[in-house]
Amino acid sequence: MASLIHCPHCGVRPSQEFSIRGDASVVRPAPDAADEAWHEYVHLRSNPRGRHREHWHHVAGCRRWLVVERDTFTHDVFSVTDGAAVAREGGR
Amino acid sequence: MTAYRLGSGGVVDRSNTLSFKFDGRAMKGYAGETLASALLANDQLLVGRSFKYHRPRGIVTAGPSEPNALVAIGKGAATDPNTKATVAELYAGLDARSQNRWPSLKYDIGALNGLLSPFLSAGFYYKTFMWPAAFWEKVYEPLIRRAAGLGRAVLEHDPHSYEKCWAHCDLIVVGAGPTGLMAALTAGRVGLRVILADEDFRLGGSLLAETTRIDDRPAVDFAEACLAELRALPNITIMPRTTVFGWYDDNVFGALERVQKHVVAPQAKLPVERLWRIVAKRALLATGAEEGPLVFGGNDRPGVMMAGAMRTYANRFGVAAGRSVAIFTNGSAGYRTASDLSAHGVEVAAIIDSRDAPRDAAPAGVRVIPSASVIDTRGRQRVCGLVVERAGFEETIACDAIGMSGGWNPVIHLACQRGAKAVWSPELNTFLAPDIGNGLVVAGSAAGRYSLGGCLRDGAERAARIAGDLGFPSVGNPLPAVGDEVDPSFTALWYAPGAKAKAFVDFQNDVDVKDLGLALREGFGHVEHAKRYTTAGMATDQGKLSAINTTGLLAAMQGISPADVGTTTFRPFYTPVAFGALAGTARDERAAPVRKSPLYGWAEKNGAIFVDSGLWYRPAYFARHGEKTWRESTDREVVNVRQHVGLCDVSTLGKIEIFGPDAAEFLNRLYCNPQPAGRQGALRADAARGRNSL
Repeated sequence: MASLIHCPHCGVRPSQEFSIRGDASVVRPAPDAADEAWHEYVHLRSNPRGRHREHWHHVAGCRRWLVVERDTFTHDVFSVTDGAAVAREGGR
Repeated sequence: MTAYRLGSGGVVDRSNTLSFKFDGRAMKGYAGETLASALLANDQLLVGRSFKYHRPRGIVTAGPSEPNALVAIGKGAATDPNTKATVAELYAGLDARSQNRWPSLKYDIGALNGLLSPFLSAGFYYKTFMWPAAFWEKVYEPLIRRAAGLGRAVLEHDPHSYEKCWAHCDLIVVGAGPTGLMAALTAGRVGLRVILADEDFRLGGSLLAETTRIDDRPAVDFAEACLAELRALPNITIMPRTTVFGWYDDNVFGALERVQKHVVAPQAKLPVERLWRIVAKRALLATGAEEGPLVFGGNDRPGVMMAGAMRTYANRFGVAAGRSVAIFTNGSAGYRTASDLSAHGVEVAAIIDSRDAPRDAAPAGVRVIPSASVIDTRGRQRVCGLVVERAGFEETIACDAIGMSGGWNPVIHLACQRGAKAVWSPELNTFLAPDIGNGLVVAGSAAGRYSLGGCLRDGAERAARIAGDLGFPSVGNPLPAVGDEVDPSFTALWYAPGAKAKAFVDFQNDVDVKDLGLALREGFGHVEHAKRYTTAGMATDQGKLSAINTTGLLAAMQGISPADVGTTTFRPFYTPVAFGALAGTARDERAAPVRKSPLYGWAEKNGAIFVDSGLWYRPAYFARHGEKTWRESTDREVVNVRQHVGLCDVSTLGKIEIFGPDAAEFLNRLYCNPQPAGRQGALRADAARGRNSL
């Protein structure tokens, strides 16, 4: 995993300051969606080898929730965006 | 009595005599040398017992790859077990003890294991201790644990303090030998922020043991001149006693600085060790090359050493490993050791060369035996002779030390720690670092450029290129003139044929050539399987000496190229790092934040005994005068609450205010039980559910 993360609020910080909170690509289904959709949303997660979007919580920094897009194999980090900004753009 | 201090020579401070102890025996050494060097000077060759067979073992190397000379240093809770005597800096009052022996180093009962060795072959744990299953935990494991093993961990609280730091630089240079010094100078002169780290307490690397002159002065003086210039540059940070142990993502390096490991009484205001995380734009690996041991019969007897180590002990520390030294070599390096020893007045009994027609010049009067093989050694707790075989003719040669030289292997650990596989070089008969991009470049001997002049040039050129890449002017400096170069060539010899005794591949884990053969026969021929089946390379030295021969032998046994066998995986740490250093200051009450409720002070005043509840400190019970156990206090409190009123401080629990028309309904959906809507002033403990209904 990357050693350094470029937090949009705090700058370059060690990854130990962050807490990974899971897949950021899952989308909450509509309340009346089929059971399968809910089952998938609540219980099923993929473990991709390659590009992945995750929620990272900057616990020991600004305490903002971030969306980190990274490669789980090469450990490259492509983008780090504030979670609220991602939500506003409808990207979640 | 054979190993001894030479009358002169070496870069130790002969005016500063230091007293130290080994197994309770008082000894003397000089400032500026290692414990191993001082032990040799006191003719203490036997320094430990081996892991499995408890065979007597002596010092083999003069550096961090040492498999045998592991000692416990210090007293009581401050004891450091498994410290390599070959890197431990000598200080006045040092107290070292040998390990894995009982009742004493000379008379060790565990040596009986040697007689049982036919039954203790590779994989014997897996085969022998299978049944009955219940026996494993109760009988076998405690038995094995007592008999095997190295140092003993200290169970007391570590009195030492540690800390962690970050550092940032344009270029980190790992290793301060000829390559590293030239690289640091070249980069430093044009203004890069450079960190120069070296694990040794004295910087200079191989230059400290070099007899070749540079710019017509001794190599040591050249190193000192480089260091003097580096110290004067404000953009250079020199970190001696610092091992760069790991290379991590984003070019972050882990390093361990031994701040006060070389003092008898550490100052409280300074940490004993400091763990560095170094963020470097670029890195240059100048870690040099390691001489490989030879696998021949009886090659583990105390007195058998790396030829290069003998050269270091003679040239750097002024210590001779013996009075009459035999050299077993497959290349030119053995001759260099022979001529240096000869120049110091040490007798060279013979040079045994595995090659057919060596062209190297032996010192005057020294007998060279080409196309020959050492098949056995004589002596018990120290070597007193060897048996050499040539074309079926056996001859015993008397000697009191044997130097072995099996060619050179670049130290490429760091370059391979992030998944890149080492690449076999048929020309150099060894593994080289693969191309791993711009972040980290390998230079000098670590890149297989073994000549001294080549190292100096490579260090300078690669540093200049890095400076250019980072936008600094890349100014070429005139290169120092190097005197007589030594030919580093050798012919691979994975196994000296005809062994009449155990030929060890891995000294620390007692793995001999037959164990590897057994692994191959039983289907564990893959290098990663063979490693685990035989335990070759699994000891605390992580196969620094043995790995290349393990690969070479597995290849030779199958008649394939070492390229097809490959290496095992390189992982951090390069050398062991104490848990204390990894924890840093985060231990005891500083391991986690302390949270105190508003009532903490009141509770403390009233005799509360606290319990950790998450990060919170909550009263477990209030002990009153005369109450001896927690149970007495708790019983009293329970009865009191039953009969009267109790107060429970739950202010530490989280609180969320929910209001609005459907607040109660909202809670109904969150909690397991229906919420008492409309009942004001009621309180209820309940379990909330997460997204997955749990």
